[in-house]
Amino acid sequence: MSRTHITCTVNGDPVDFLASDGTSLLDALRDELGLTGAKEGCGTGDCGACSVLIDGRLNCSCLVFAPEAEGTEIVTVEGIADDDRLHPLQQTFLEGAALQCGICTPGVLIAAKALLDANPDPTETEIRYALAGNLCRCTGYDKIVRSVQEAAVQLKGAAR
Amino acid sequence: MTDVRIDETRTSERAPRIGESAPRPDGIPKVDGSFTFSSDLWHDRMLWGGTLRSPHPSARIRSIDIGPAVAVTGVHAVLTAADVPGNPAYGLEHADQPVLAADVVRYEGEPVAIVAADHPEAVRLALEAIVVDYESTVPLVDPGAAESSDPIHPDGNLIRRIHLRHGDQDVVGEVVVEGTYEVGMQDQAFLGPESGLAVPAEDGGVDLFIATQWLHVDRDQVAACLGLAPELVRLTLAGVGGAFGAREDLSLHAHLCLLALHTRRPVKMVYSREESFHGHVHRHPARMWYRHHADRAGNLLRVEARLLLDGGAYASSSGAVIANATCFAAGPYRIPSADIEGVVVRTNNPPCGAMRGFGAVQTCIGHEAQMDRLAAALDMDPVELRMRNVLASGDRLLTGQVITGTAPVAEVLRTCADHPSAAALSEDPMSLPGGAGRTADPEHVHRGEAIALGFKNLLFSEGFDDFSSALCRLEDGIATITCACAEVGQGFVTLAQQITREVLGVDDVVLTPASTATVGSAGSTSASRQTWMSGGAVQAACEEVRTTLLTRVAAEHGVDPDELVMADGRVMSLAGALDIDLASVTTEPVEADVEFHHAPTSPLDEYGQGDAHVSFAFSAHRAIVDVDRDLGLVKVVELTTSQDVGRVLNPLQAVGQLEGGAAQGVGLAVMEEVQVLDGRIRNASFTDYLVPTALDMPPVEIAALIEEPEPGAPFGAKGIGEPPSISSTAAVVAAIRAATDLELAHVPVRPTDIALAGA
Ligand code: FES
Ligand code: FES
Repeated sequence: MSRTHITCTVNGDPVDFLASDGTSLLDALRDELGLTGAKEGCGTGDCGACSVLIDGRLNCSCLVFAPEAEGTEIVTVEGIADDDRLHPLQQTFLEGAALQCGICTPGVLIAAKALLDANPDPTETEIRYALAGNLCRCTGYDKIVRSVQEAAVQLKGAAR
Repeated sequence: MTDVRIDETRTSERAPRIGESAPRPDGIPKVDGSFTFSSDLWHDRMLWGGTLRSPHPSARIRSIDIGPAVAVTGVHAVLTAADVPGNPAYGLEHADQPVLAADVVRYEGEPVAIVAADHPEAVRLALEAIVVDYESTVPLVDPGAAESSDPIHPDGNLIRRIHLRHGDQDVVGEVVVEGTYEVGMQDQAFLGPESGLAVPAEDGGVDLFIATQWLHVDRDQVAACLGLAPELVRLTLAGVGGAFGAREDLSLHAHLCLLALHTRRPVKMVYSREESFHGHVHRHPARMWYRHHADRAGNLLRVEARLLLDGGAYASSSGAVIANATCFAAGPYRIPSADIEGVVVRTNNPPCGAMRGFGAVQTCIGHEAQMDRLAAALDMDPVELRMRNVLASGDRLLTGQVITGTAPVAEVLRTCADHPSAAALSEDPMSLPGGAGRTADPEHVHRGEAIALGFKNLLFSEGFDDFSSALCRLEDGIATITCACAEVGQGFVTLAQQITREVLGVDDVVLTPASTATVGSAGSTSASRQTWMSGGAVQAACEEVRTTLLTRVAAEHGVDPDELVMADGRVMSLAGALDIDLASVTTEPVEADVEFHHAPTSPLDEYGQGDAHVSFAFSAHRAIVDVDRDLGLVKVVELTTSQDVGRVLNPLQAVGQLEGGAAQGVGLAVMEEVQVLDGRIRNASFTDYLVPTALDMPPVEIAALIEEPEPGAPFGAKGIGEPPSISSTAAVVAAIRAATDLELAHVPVRPTDIALAGA
């Protein structure tokens, strides 16, 4: 198996690792870099559990080959808190009971962050559309949607 | 990391008691990505495991040649049935399922060989290199033909038949309605596929870190297969990415341990999503025939039913599922006469077993459709017909059992039916069925509304001696709870802390990892039983610690122990004379080790009669749907629910169960079906097996949580996990019927059932 040397930025830190051409970015993050926040729920781009931001854009890391990450900036769930201060989305998810088993949560948080970065004031329908690529089998989505709404309010308050 | 560690669950900073919405103590690691799910386990010396599965639903194995696989670089072990040292088969009710198939395969995806190698790629190459010579045989795929076909298993094709007869068998109603219904196979579709890590131990045993629902019963089955004493097989719960019944049976447990013991190396295995569809049991598909008898005033007189469940290749928990389906076949109504035959058979289809609702989901679809049919025949309002017949405490079930606990069925139904609806007809094309804004013609969109009522038993039934165990240790003012209850997302960890705080008046509560090595069995995280059973065990352990401590403090200070209370981290006398810091009186730890049993039940007799169940929970759903008749698309616009909960211990968590369960019910109503053709699963992926998204789910309106404390349950709290997925499907399907005037006998309702109806 030929292995490529890949250099990129993950959660603000420069990293480099070796990956064979067929390795997904998800497997590289989890098995090479030990960042197990992103999960494999399906491996086919259907569940969003593997969501990461690549250069600010929402991606299913199970569908990205690791060598494609060369030179990019990647953000995973491990990178959205501000040091010890949880991101408002993380805080509202906790307080709003927006997670049960929690295995969808890293992907949902990343997708929600991508939404709020682009649209700080989304309607409920816009939130549901933005999260439609993220399956959650436990919550029925209500509390996720409410928590994203609440985080949007907090983020707007902080920006003022 | 060289040592696998499952972290303790620490207390959250705020310390809410019973009845408050305490946040999950595992919440922070779950939102910051650091929580260790079973798929995240890692050991520096570990190998990767993989499974070779049968491509045939039915075949004889002529030979297996592992030689080419052993030769693959990086391969450390290739094992087959011949390498299983102990019991060759396992199972929850009957040990009828081979650890690895030896001479016959009975379903597509049945494990035939396992491999351990130093890289997942080497595992894949080795699995491809194993040569199995199969002689494919004609699979038995029609459950209706199972009993008259040649047995496909030494145990025969009938897994269980229950013929329940209750009351006067000659009753005939003035109004009689008949119907046939069919329910497809549903997948639990938890989001974290099966995974685990086995580590061989110095003592010849093995440590297995695994996502499961019942550590101790897994341990006993695995140990028997390994030929090891149970104490040499230690299971510790790793983070569980949802369960919903799919983790009640063994999957990769024994395989991982075999590989680890054989290679003397830690071995990790993770199923792909496709493999997961083959790797766990599903909800039983059902064929149901019903005949309801009533008088002209709408009083139910008699129900006849024939229920046929397809158990697939192995028994799993089919026997208990058919018992539930039969006992609860007619719904939460007072019915003096019944003849219900429930049958579950073996076929070469994928094995079926536990899924949330456990037999009561299928029958709720049947009995509620019948109630609507009866209402139409009587020209009566469906809610009024139900109100006239609902069960209440003191009434008799079809099993002859009298309900001694709470049964606020009328309140559940009334509050749900009366709840105001906010669903206006949408003008926005994006909100019409199809959702893409360009598919539906608003002219052809029809709205329908309907209500459904459901119930099931809580806890295990039929004389099973069910219990949970808990240890409580109070030291330096900090309570430590040890319980093997599997936290699968439901929030037991939150409740365990709340219960402990409530009883001991402490803030700091540490939950040690759930493990077979440290404490007795907690029983299964299923049957809506852990709040009651493990909650009850934790409560009892804490109460024993409190009694011991207060007796000691009372003796030291010469006061009556009944005068003392524990609150806010202090021990105080009611009169106020005594006020001591709890930490100072618990430098010597106070401990209790408790086994908590529920009231005993009895088996069902040959007529399906007996006090077989402990307690019951009831729920109602009202659904409003928009249906596009042209395209057959359904949009669930509103879903309202009321549920009998006994008492709410944590409001946010409780509502979360109602919302999540309803989503699984919506899925079964309109989209979720494992497509099995000639014994083969055709849609083993989330591309083709559709699970509701945030766009498919409406907000779930909670009309009422009916709180009538249940005798015998901790703080009066009933289990709440299953009812939400029982009546939700029936309500949505009924609403589609109301919108379309179609009979819709098949669930899930497929677009073609609507669009091509009458074509
Ligand atoms: S794992 Fe990537 S979308 Fe499901
Ligand atoms: S919380 Fe379990 S899948 Fe979302």
